Amino acid sequence: MIMEVIKHDIVIIGAGLAGLRAAIASAEKSRDVSIAIIAKTYPIRCHSVCAEGGTAAVLREDEGDNFDLHAWDTIKGSDFLADQDAVEFFVREIPKEILRLDNWGCPWSRREDGKIAQRAFGGMSFNRTVFAADRTGFHEVHTLYERCLMYPNITRYDEYFVTNIFIEDNSIKGISAINLRNGEMTFFNAKAVILATGGAGRLYGFTTYSHQVTGDGLAIAYRAGVALKDMEFVQFHPTGLIPSGILMTEACRSEGGYLRNRDGERFMKRYAPEKMELAPRDVVSRAMWTEIIEGRGIDGPYGSYIALDLTHLGEEKINERLPLIREAARKFSGIDPVDEPIPVKPVAHYTMGGLHTNMFTETTVKGLYAAGEVSAVSIHGANRLGSNSTAECLVFGRVAGEKAVEYVQGKSFAEITKEERLAEEKRVFDEFLGRSGDENPYEIKKALNEVMDRYFWIFRNGDEMKEGIKRIQELKRKYENIEISDKSRGFNTQLIHAMEIGFMLDLAEVVAFGAYAREESRGAHYRLDYPKRDDERWLKHTLAHFTPKGPKLDYIPVTITKWQPVERKY
Amino acid sequence: MEREVLFRIRRFDGEHAYWQDFQFKARKGMTVLEGLYHIKESIDGSLSFRASCRMGVCGSCAVKVNGRPRLACETQIFDIGDTLEIEPLDNMSVLRDLVVDMDGFFRKHEAVKPYLIRGGDNYGNPKELMQTPKELHAYYDFSLCIKCGACYSVCPASATRSDYLGPAAMTAAYRFCADSRDEGKDERLRLVSGSEGVWRCHFNAECSEVCPKNIEPAKAVQKMKLMSAIRIIKSIFR
Repeated sequence: MIMEVIKHDIVIIGAGLAGLRAAIASAEKSRDVSIAIIAKTYPIRCHSVCAEGGTAAVLREDEGDNFDLHAWDTIKGSDFLADQDAVEFFVREIPKEILRLDNWGCPWSRREDGKIAQRAFGGMSFNRTVFAADRTGFHEVHTLYERCLMYPNITRYDEYFVTNIFIEDNSIKGISAINLRNGEMTFFNAKAVILATGGAGRLYGFTTYSHQVTGDGLAIAYRAGVALKDMEFVQFHPTGLIPSGILMTEACRSEGGYLRNRDGERFMKRYAPEKMELAPRDVVSRAMWTEIIEGRGIDGPYGSYIALDLTHLGEEKINERLPLIREAARKFSGIDPVDEPIPVKPVAHYTMGGLHTNMFTETTVKGLYAAGEVSAVSIHGANRLGSNSTAECLVFGRVAGEKAVEYVQGKSFAEITKEERLAEEKRVFDEFLGRSGDENPYEIKKALNEVMDRYFWIFRNGDEMKEGIKRIQELKRKYENIEISDKSRGFNTQLIHAMEIGFMLDLAEVVAFGAYAREESRGAHYRLDYPKRDDERWLKHTLAHFTPKGPKLDYIPVTITKWQPVERKY
Repeated sequence: MEREVLFRIRRFDGEHAYWQDFQFKARKGMTVLEGLYHIKESIDGSLSFRASCRMGVCGSCAVKVNGRPRLACETQIFDIGDTLEIEPLDNMSVLRDLVVDMDGFFRKHEAVKPYLIRGGDNYGNPKELMQTPKELHAYYDFSLCIKCGACYSVCPASATRSDYLGPAAMTAAYRFCADSRDEGKDERLRLVSGSEGVWRCHFNAECSEVCPKNIEPAKAVQKMKLMSAIRIIKSIFR
């Protein structure tokens, strides 16, 4: 068999917001470097298109907003686990990204005077969230994808599934990927690699994430020796549509929507009297789950739920500001939000943790960068504010793209050796695809989803998590005995799914270990047996290192510049 | 509520095309995509199809259901009936089962320069451009295309002429020509005024009928024809 070997100065894995932004940044910085974007889907099929509500940016200092305010909101939102130097850098960079997207064609929603419009968002103390109706991520991705077409030094490899990265002397030297079309293993030698593969949300069964978000980049780099940071912090978005989990954007509430329990009560007044429905997501999700547990949810065919009430907003406003929400609620729940409240409950939505990088997206491996949800830079800490994630992808995608160009100057290729190529082929095709066993990989995935939904959900406690860890480890053992029934090569999606499930099992274990070890409640990580934040013991980042026996944890300090932790009230 | 349904799926293994039947119990509200996943996960793991967002935004899962292109994720099984014939989209070659080759489709989109063409912007120090809500609405509906290929698969002009750019690319061309921030209208019109461009459209308007986002590509093509005609007339008198 002939193995194809391709060379690019910079290889970007993932074609969502962060990956596309990185590619443009590299191409803008140098017309001479060759840049590859490798993704397991066609362009614009990435999960970033599902981002709805907006992107936070300080645009109107003349109207009262400022960088310190955005930074403070973000740090308080993070329950003080964000690195403050990274946050300060981030808030200053994002306004330029909004304007670049404007220059490149993004259809931002506008004020009557023609300026870019902004809306309120949870935990933000100023109306600073820029938006394109309720399809912000969709329009941002399309704008960046289309912009990418202008640069001759960007080459796309659509529908290539990355299986591994190659490192020599602690420097990156390339990656391997299955070309889905013919099923052949392809090797890419690269001087720099940028991981932009997104989060790990499909660990959970009830989730807003696209099917493809399986944490591939997280797991591949973790196995190769890059530590995972703060993975126990998983965001539960308050409003997932029942029964599918499809995201009902926070903008529903920032445009004036209410949350009501079975008595019609706006119960948020008992949990966050000042911010009400626009408290940060961890606070609102806990409040909703408490209402459900305590019997004040509304009974439905899929269990107890909470009502997201938009009926008082009127048809015109809903059509103008929330058209996708109306369309999705009608198509996927049979409910028109103009006439009736939308049935929702909290849903797994975002991975605050990620690959350990510094604020310049550099990992501990030379030439290997991570940007967007796959990374923990870390600006989100223990709880991300809505509309800071698309912002993160734009800012740190750019940083990664520029850093990579600086890094490759004067460097030569260190090639993936023939032995390494043969070994990877053997690992994937002979030992994995070729094995026989009696476990169905999809059954394992289903069981994993149930474990995560049950033991590592909004309210956690030590005993249950211990049981959860045991079950994850059992599933890992079962996974050793799976059989991929489809042995063919071309477009073998079962092979791809089976590899993804392997990635998810490793990541689930890291989430579980980190959550069990952290004996406090902070941001999205809430423990019934340790209900208070404990800065003395736990104001620190978790790092999980791969070992064949399971994750090994250690901790590093949080960077504090000028905001000391205080009690968090909304 | 549950009910027995039949999925008749057009399969292709790289050499042979054939029909295969799958029978299972569907529940109320279950989508065609959920049906396909059910088959793959519990009945036949070799079935190949594309899917991602499952909420009608990413454009991955367009297939033919009882002869009409639809997004599998937003089509409910019971809305179609008890027997569903599922096939890959037309006008593109089949790679495997329901997976078609969309490279050509994307290349055609790329060919119309689907981005703002502007001189003088400063990458390092960008400036906010003004655009009123009215100017935004002039093109906004046409910016909602998810590139699922449904329109392209039913276009009779695309079926007979492989070089015809097709309805999705035309929609993209119009979307940028109608954007008040764009300065590249002439350049783009030149690209779509040739024999592979707008004048090839038969105006059957099937594209608008099948668009899952109700974008009306046929309307975009008509508007492009008008722009193109004006450009030709202007060039005569220049």
